[in-house]
Order: sequence, then structure tokens, then C-alpha cells
Amino acid sequence: MGPFLISSSFAGLHMIVLDQHPPKPLRPMAAPGAVARLVAHRDWLGFWFMLPAGLILVALLVYPLGLGVWLSFTNATIGNAGRFIGLGNYTWIFGDETFLHSIVFTLAYTLIASSIKFAVGLYLALLLNKRLPFKALIRSIILIPFVVPTVLSAIAFWWIFDAQFSIISWSLTRLGLIHHNIDFLGNPLLARACVIFANIWRGVPFVAITLLAGLQTVSPSLYEAATIDGATSWQNFRFITYPLLTPIIAVVMTFSVLFTFTDFQLIWVMTRGGPVNATHLMATLSFQRAIVGGSLGEGAAISSSMIPFLLAAILISWFGLQRRKWQQGSGA
Amino acid sequence: MASVDVIGVRKAFGHVEVVHGVDVTIRDGEFVILVGPSGCGKTTLLRMIAGLENVTSGEIRIGGQIVNDLPPKMRDIAMVFQNYALYPHLTVGQNMGFSLKLKKASPAEINSRVAEAAEILGLQSLLDRYPRQLSGGQRQRVAMGRAIVRDPQVFLFDEPLSNLDAKLRVAMRAEIKELHRRLATTTVYVTHDQIEAMTMADKIVVMHGGIVEQIGAPLELYDRPANQFVAGFIGSPAMNFLSGTLNVKGGTPHLTLADGAEVPLHKAPAGSDGRPMVLGVRPENLLVAQEGLAAEVGVVEPMGSETQIAVKAGGHALICLIRDRLMPKPGDMLRLAPEPAHVHFFEAETGRRIDAV
Ligand SMILES: Nc1ncnc2c1ncn2[C@@H]1O[C@H](COP(=O)(O)OP(=O)(O)OP(=O)(O)O)[C@@H](O)[C@H]1O
Ligand SMILES: [Mg+2]
Repeated sequence: MGPFLISSSFAGLHMIVLDQHPPKPLRPMAAPGAVARLVAHRDWLGFWFMLPAGLILVALLVYPLGLGVWLSFTNATIGNAGRFIGLGNYTWIFGDETFLHSIVFTLAYTLIASSIKFAVGLYLALLLNKRLPFKALIRSIILIPFVVPTVLSAIAFWWIFDAQFSIISWSLTRLGLIHHNIDFLGNPLLARACVIFANIWRGVPFVAITLLAGLQTVSPSLYEAATIDGATSWQNFRFITYPLLTPIIAVVMTFSVLFTFTDFQLIWVMTRGGPVNATHLMATLSFQRAIVGGSLGEGAAISSSMIPFLLAAILISWFGLQRRKWQQGSGA
Repeated sequence: MASVDVIGVRKAFGHVEVVHGVDVTIRDGEFVILVGPSGCGKTTLLRMIAGLENVTSGEIRIGGQIVNDLPPKMRDIAMVFQNYALYPHLTVGQNMGFSLKLKKASPAEINSRVAEAAEILGLQSLLDRYPRQLSGGQRQRVAMGRAIVRDPQVFLFDEPLSNLDAKLRVAMRAEIKELHRRLATTTVYVTHDQIEAMTMADKIVVMHGGIVEQIGAPLELYDRPANQFVAGFIGSPAMNFLSGTLNVKGGTPHLTLADGAEVPLHKAPAGSDGRPMVLGVRPENLLVAQEGLAAEVGVVEPMGSETQIAVKAGGHALICLIRDRLMPKPGDMLRLAPEPAHVHFFEAETGRRIDAV
């Protein structure tokens, strides 16, 4: 929208300036050259204004992305530019069990973590939107996981789930509930659960605080009106809060899904994708193959395979995000 | 339909008491208006009747039943909010049918009752629109429609017309009155506009600072205000007050103002000789006469049917409203005398009305 706004407001200005002068007498004039017309024409002015920003965008976004995609069609390795091998990398990785597993786990990771983040975040937001003692304090506490650097919290979780020094194992032993330490990150299923848990822990604050901001825009008189109309507190939520919150839910969950799908740090610090590749996400696997293993082309192919998923997520939210009919600003 | 009784109701927010013991009796089918200056507790009282605010002490009865502890939805009331509080994500029809939907009424019944209410209010063509696509007056009507559909025992209105322009306000005033005539539902209506109160109410409750100053029919309040506050609040332009000392000289009472000027009177309260007193005269009862209080003309505002003149007399700023085409110029001197039958006396210390004999 931005550039268009600029161009249309400029057009307005242009007209005002014209209006201030008495119309000049028409005189026969040679038609201006095509280039001159392009430079001066109102409709094109917007384009010229957009151009610098567009170039920066291309340089910073499209070039690295394009390079990554290009690499995925080569057999480049570290120290070797490689040559074009067509879909070679792709046929290889789609025959690779580890890669296929990482797709499944990435999808499961995103789905489970995002839904739980949504549920817990919404619950916390509803709670914080009520009158609570020490509300400001609780609100800041809730933000802590979001503020702590990811690597730091990942290291903390690594310790919490450590095979020997885990505080969970220690407490359970002390309580007499278990006799051997639990090897949280050594068992594939447990390790998967642990990294998902860590991701949820880290992601909930973002969801909760953003939804809280959304909740606070709902006028309390709507709840009062609904209460008088006979709504129970569940019906208040179902028929007032939830529908009014859907636009912001769509935004928050899009971001949440994108961040979760592309997660890297947590896994890399906690498990490096192990045990036996059980917790590899597409991002960590790509890094492992490209940088650790040196096969840049293969790693690039793995990362590039994430693009369709991400595009799908963005498209879904694009349609979900379209202005509801009742919102301000859409056509009638 | 039901009566509403407010008995000794007090309301405190934390340590601050804002309603100090209010008693109001509203008969079945009556149109009662709570009026008073901003912050006097009208909304608070209305919200206590609705059940949106609990009562600190005292009793509220609807249809004879004590409702202090009943939640709003059990009280069978409908409320129209000042900001209308329409559900932005529901169409006009869904807004009006929302309460029925919650009651699990059948779609057919919802449709027929919404259609009925829409017809009463002339909203038939707007049923599929969203609130944001409506004008202020239409929103106001939808808010009323939502109340009508409920067919409640009591309607509560909180300044429903304050967001409308002057012309629409006059039209809606008539519409609400007509609606009440048609439905005959007990109505409690809050406003700070005394003209709204005068024109619409069966009974006006004048509140001030968390207490009730006077309850009565509009003209009763106008003709016999119980105290100086009500006298000054009801009527526009507001009543003139002259404070001075009452003297009876040679059988005729006079009010002697601070600067020694005298206002001749025909009658005075018994035993008032020598007492400080506030004399109240409505602008239309202050007449230009041969003899009377000397007054210097300030601003003259001809309004066609009448002329409003601001004058200075005896250290008081007064307004008089005259019907004859007398056009004094600023700086002219007039003599003013109150119409004998229409003077009000108030005790100087308490502001209470004292009847003249
Ligand atoms: N929730 C609250 N907490 C504390 N004080 C309140 C609260 N609601 C109202 N008050 C106070 O109670 C008094 C009465 O408020 P109320 O809203 O009833 O006034 P009102 O007569 O409706 O005024 P207006 O004409 O401006 O709407 C005011 O002094 C207000 O500050
Ligand atoms: Mg109010």
C-alpha cells in the first residue's frame, strides 16, 4: 500500500499546484519523447519513488534467496563452487529417509507447539485481562522467556533435561518416585517431547501478550450488553471475545507458525538433531549437511524445500487475514 | 411489565460513597427520567438497577421481588447504552436477535420477533448491514431494537441521545415517547438534559451529588421546585436568583438587595420580616414595568417569538425573556418587576423552598 499512497498523494499535490496557475493557452507542441513522458508522467512517478527501496529490497532479500536456490541446483561443497546438476540434489534428498523424517517431525513440531502455544497463550491472556492482584508484575514475569536469549534458555533446558544432572530426575529420585535418572534427551520420543516443550515455553509469551493487547481493545460495554442479553461467561467468550479477536489471532498465529517451522537454535543447542536424527528439523538438518558436512548444494536443497511449506502457511493466513466484512475499511 | 423500587440505596466505590441513600418508586408502565448534572450518580444508579454494579446497601425491587443478588440476565431488563454497545461483528438483525439466540429460541421465532421490532423502528431495510455501516441515529435505533426484541419488564436508557445532533435528538425524543406509549413498558431513562426530561417524562427524579433533590411530574418541578438547586436546574434559560433581606414596610414586603436596591413584592412567607432570603424568578416572569428594580441592559438576543435580554441589576446578572417587540439597546436602563404569582422564595442558608402566604 505504501508506495501507492505516496503516488496518489503526490498526484493530489500535483493537481493543487496546477490549480494555482491560470490555465496556460494551448499551443501546438511537439509530442514529448517516450522517455520524458515516463519520467514525468503522474502514474509513473510512484514507480520512480519506489525504485530505491525496491533495489535495496532486491539486494537484501532476493539475492540471498536466489543464491540459496541456485546452490540447491549445484553440487557445490565448501571450497568448491560446484556446477549445475539440475534436480540431482532433490532426487537425492527425497530418497533420504532422514530428510523425510525431518519433514514429518518439522510438521509435527510446528503443529503441536503452535496449537499448545495458542491455547496456553489465549488462556494466559484471558487471565491477565481480568482484574488480578499484581497484574503488572505477573505480566512482566510472563515476558521473561521471550526476553531471555534463545541460546541461553536452550542451554538451561539442556541442563534441565541432562542425563546426569537433570533437576527433574533429581527431584523425582528424592521423592522416591524413580530409581534411575531419566535420559530425557537420549530417548527419541522423550527428546522430541522435550524440544517441543522448550519451544512452547519460549513462544507462549509472544502469543499471550499479543492476544492480551487484542483483548484490551474490546469495549467492556459489549460484555455488559451481552451479559444483560443473557450470556454466560462462556457465551461471552464464544460470541463476543473470540470473533472480535480473530483478526489478531490470525496475525499472531501466522508469525508463530513461521517462527516455529524455521526454528533452529533450540534444537541445535539441546540435541543437535539427535538422538539418531530423531529431533532434526529441516533447518537443523540443512545446516548439518551444508556447514558441518560441507555439502552446500544438498543443504541448500533441504532449505529450499521449506519454501513451499512456508508459502502455504502464508497463503492460508493471507486468506484468513482478509478483512472481515464487519471491520472498518472494507467495501460494503 | 413491572414496578421498580429503589429503597435507601447507597453505593461506594472503595471508600468513596457516590450514591448516598436514594429512594425512588416507579410504578408499572411509568416513564421516569433521572436527571442531574454530570457526576451526580445517575449512571451508577441505573447500572445498579440493571445489576451491572452491586448495591452497597439498600434494596432494589423489580416487580416487588428483591433483585439485589440476581445477575442481570435474571432481572428481565433491557438496557440501551450511551455508546450503544452494538456487537460490531454481527449484522443489525443478528444484533437484535442475539438475546433470543442465547435463549435457544428457534430461528423462525427469532426472525419473526426481529422483523416485528424492525418494523416498529423502521429498520427493515437495514437488517443485513453491520453497525459500522449505519449512521448514528440508525445505530441508536438498533440499540433500541435490541431492547425491544427482549420484551423485558423494564427498559433502562443511559443518555441514549447524547451522541446525536440537535435535530435528530428532537426527532428521537418523540420516537421514544411514542414507543413507550405503544409498548407501555416501565422505563428508566437517564439524561443530563433537562429539556429531554421535561418533554418526555411522566415523572422526573432530580439528582445532585448522589442524593435525590426532588421527585415529581415535569410541571410540578417547574412550578414548585423544592429547593434552589432544582429551581436552577429545571427550566431554560435558568431561573434568576436575587439574594437579599426581606423587609415589610407599610404592609408591602420588599426584598432589599446588598446594594440597597429594592424589589417590590406582593406577598412573602409568614414571619420572614428581616430574614435573609433568596428570591427566584424565571426569566419569563421578570417583566418590564413602570416601577421596580433598576436594571442596565447588556446583551439583547431577539429570537423572533421572544427576546432574551441579559441585564445587570443590584449586583446580580439576570436574564429576562419578553414577548413584546421591545428592543432595548445595550446600556439602556429598564425597570423590572417580578410577576406576583410566579415568585419563589428559598431559605438563604439551606436553599429550601418556603411558600409565601
Ligand atoms: N467504577 C468506578 N469507580 C470509582 N468511581 C466511580 C466509578 N464509576 C463512577 N464513579 C464515580 O461515581 C460518581 C457518579 O458517576 P456516574 O457515572 O454515576 O455519574 P453520572 O451522573 O452518570 O454522570 P454523567 O452525566 O457525566 O454520565 C462520579 O463521581 C464518578 O467519578
Ligand atoms: Mg452517566
